[in-house]
Amino acid sequence: MRLACIVLSFAFAATGQVVPFDPEYVIPKENPRTTPADLKAGRQLFLGQCARCHGSNGEGGRGAVLAHPRLRHAPDDEALFLVIRDGIKGTEMPAGFAVDTRETWQLVAYVRSLGRIAPEQLPGDPKRGRQLYQSQGHCSQCHIVHGEGGSLGPELTEIGSRRSAAHLRAALLNPASTLPEGFLQVRLITRQGLGITGLRLNEDTFSIQIVDLNGGLHSFFKDDLKELQRETGKSPMPGVQSTFSPAQVDDLVAYLASLRGNE
Amino acid sequence: MRLTICALALLPPLAAQVSFDRLRQSDSEPGNWLTYSGAYSARRYSGLNQIDRANVRQLRPVWVYQMQTTERVETSPLVVDGVMYLSEPGGSVTALDTLTGRPLWKYVRTVRKEARGCCGQVNRGVAILNDMVYVGAFDSHLVALDIKSGIVRWDVEVGEPKLGYSITAAPLALKDKIVVGIAGGEYGVRGFLDAYDARTGARAWRFWTVPAPGEPGSETWSGGSAKIGAAPTWVTGAYDPGRNTVFWGTGNPGPDWNGDARLGDNLYSDCLLALDGDTGRLKWYFQFTPHDTHDWDSTEVPVLADAVVRGEKHQAVLFGNRNAFYYVLDRGTGKFLAGRPFARQTWAKGLDDSGKPIRLPDSEPTPEGAKIYPDLAGGTNWFSPSYSPQTNLFYVPSRDVGGVYLKGNAEYKPGAQFNGGGQSPIVGEDPVGAIRALAPDTGELKWEFKLHSDAGAGVLSTAGNLVFAGTNEGDFLALDASTGRPLWHFQTGAVINANPVSYLSAGRQQVAIASGNSIFAFALVDQ
Repeated sequence: MRLACIVLSFAFAATGQVVPFDPEYVIPKENPRTTPADLKAGRQLFLGQCARCHGSNGEGGRGAVLAHPRLRHAPDDEALFLVIRDGIKGTEMPAGFAVDTRETWQLVAYVRSLGRIAPEQLPGDPKRGRQLYQSQGHCSQCHIVHGEGGSLGPELTEIGSRRSAAHLRAALLNPASTLPEGFLQVRLITRQGLGITGLRLNEDTFSIQIVDLNGGLHSFFKDDLKELQRETGKSPMPGVQSTFSPAQVDDLVAYLASLRGNE
Repeated sequence: MRLTICALALLPPLAAQVSFDRLRQSDSEPGNWLTYSGAYSARRYSGLNQIDRANVRQLRPVWVYQMQTTERVETSPLVVDGVMYLSEPGGSVTALDTLTGRPLWKYVRTVRKEARGCCGQVNRGVAILNDMVYVGAFDSHLVALDIKSGIVRWDVEVGEPKLGYSITAAPLALKDKIVVGIAGGEYGVRGFLDAYDARTGARAWRFWTVPAPGEPGSETWSGGSAKIGAAPTWVTGAYDPGRNTVFWGTGNPGPDWNGDARLGDNLYSDCLLALDGDTGRLKWYFQFTPHDTHDWDSTEVPVLADAVVRGEKHQAVLFGNRNAFYYVLDRGTGKFLAGRPFARQTWAKGLDDSGKPIRLPDSEPTPEGAKIYPDLAGGTNWFSPSYSPQTNLFYVPSRDVGGVYLKGNAEYKPGAQFNGGGQSPIVGEDPVGAIRALAPDTGELKWEFKLHSDAGAGVLSTAGNLVFAGTNEGDFLALDASTGRPLWHFQTGAVINANPVSYLSAGRQQVAIASGNSIFAFALVDQ
């Protein structure tokens, strides 16, 4: 969830409180920077600082889809200004550190223009995709949608509003190519010779916590391990190209793209 | 009531006088922690050895004090005769009994709403002189408190908060003065270092870290850029009583990442200053990063120790810089003696004979973003290094993290941030770091202890041949000071962004560190 991929940490405060650029600034309800020149400047800023996560046209990627008329965290321009300026707590979206007030409004103008782009037309059928998800795909063994399913993989209830269709397709065909930030598969062997493969839940200098592929939770001091392999770039999710036809992949993508929470 | 009286009767006598002589000879009373870095030499070294390599495994928390704050806590407490004096975010102060962790008094600072700063209302500590405790408040005031009650004796404005001046550093008491630095490097302030009369609060001297037009150094700023040139002084320095010299680092020039409007070396940004303690007169300066465009403040703690360089013994200043280079400077002249990188860096080929960086191409921020090591938080930062005379090693918490530096517009407006760009993380690269032990004379790596992530807390070395450190994941740990071997650790449950201290409480050595919003005190527990 990165709109402005800039770290807020001048004097070493990556997790510090976000302080407004100018405490005296009264945020107008409507965007004062909406001329064609502002839009052009906003696009330039967006491409330099936001597109890496949100995609060049706001189609999403690591960050949320912005090519949408209604943004969950930013129902109006004032809210969008605050999201860009202050970030969204508890998400990967940081505060906009490298943009001043004028540039923030230019970004607001450009992001709003993305929402006016016609939504992407997808070739698949979401209803068929839903059936495939629940039957042949066995997807619900590892993913929760609207409270149903297993919890090893990421929840997908709102995945359509957070990831582009292209990103979803890539995740289905080659899961390791779209791993989320911080995702790590590990394989460890204890001093007693017990081997476990799982996903890292947490780690510090002295210990590691994992969930194994059956959902079991484990915590180890590293001193008690004979081996700890970090399988960077690996995912326990199988690619679907061997189990689904291209048309069925289209259907699955269409279903996942339709998952937008309670919208 | 009777119970309270009985309990108080067991406490040590409170609030002894802390004279300048005691501060000057703090090495002779290792049971107290009298200045920000433990002594004027700023070594963050404790002469206590009750806790050592053999028994450190028996170290346990003996009390925890929780602050009522959601702000980031970077405080480094002082301890005098069994009482801990602790600053809290914004500039509040609490006196704690170190036997029980119970408060004795509190001064609550209400920060004025016009105060602003880049990085939260952090506060790193207090100073003590005679019968007063001194704290810099976030709204840029210096406050003197009665050491027995916490009642305000005087309160003076140091800089105008509306313009972006704030105080986050612990003051430093020397002779009859209180030296205090300011923050505000992201607001286009004109930086300075001040000294105030300890008794009255009257300003004794000011050294402007950005010269006025016509003054020496003003030629290193193009156009009118000097008047908004920043160079703040937001971490506590060191003092050499024999030379009556204050050593203090200065921060980045403003705007941070766009140097187009401030061509030149931009003195005295990113410098170590040597100032006369009585007058604030400049004796010498050494600039680590001329014309900085990466926000590499040189506000790290200068450490005073001897160094033998090319066979000659020098009274030296040891300096681990945010730009990822380690420096040895002659304390009398500021002459560069030795230096080399101690953390991952890609911006300089090395240092020339005078200590100036030999810059590599493609190491400047660009509108599209340029990948450079270290990131803006640097090879190290404000958190303290340590020097142990016992091992003759310099310990530095290190970061091996790169960033993508962006150059942007910079338009000055009083009181608003004045950055000229920014920096994003390198996607897919986890931040890493280590506690490193360097040979003080050369900076040669003697050992390192790798951390799970980058360093964000200071280190303390002790006569028990230990180095204490903290991690982003909340581990407080002890290493063998000679080898770096881990000997003990405790999970505190929250990020550690503070410096450890050590002292005696009722004759028993404690080690304390802030973690999250709490102070943890540890002592040996019989098994």
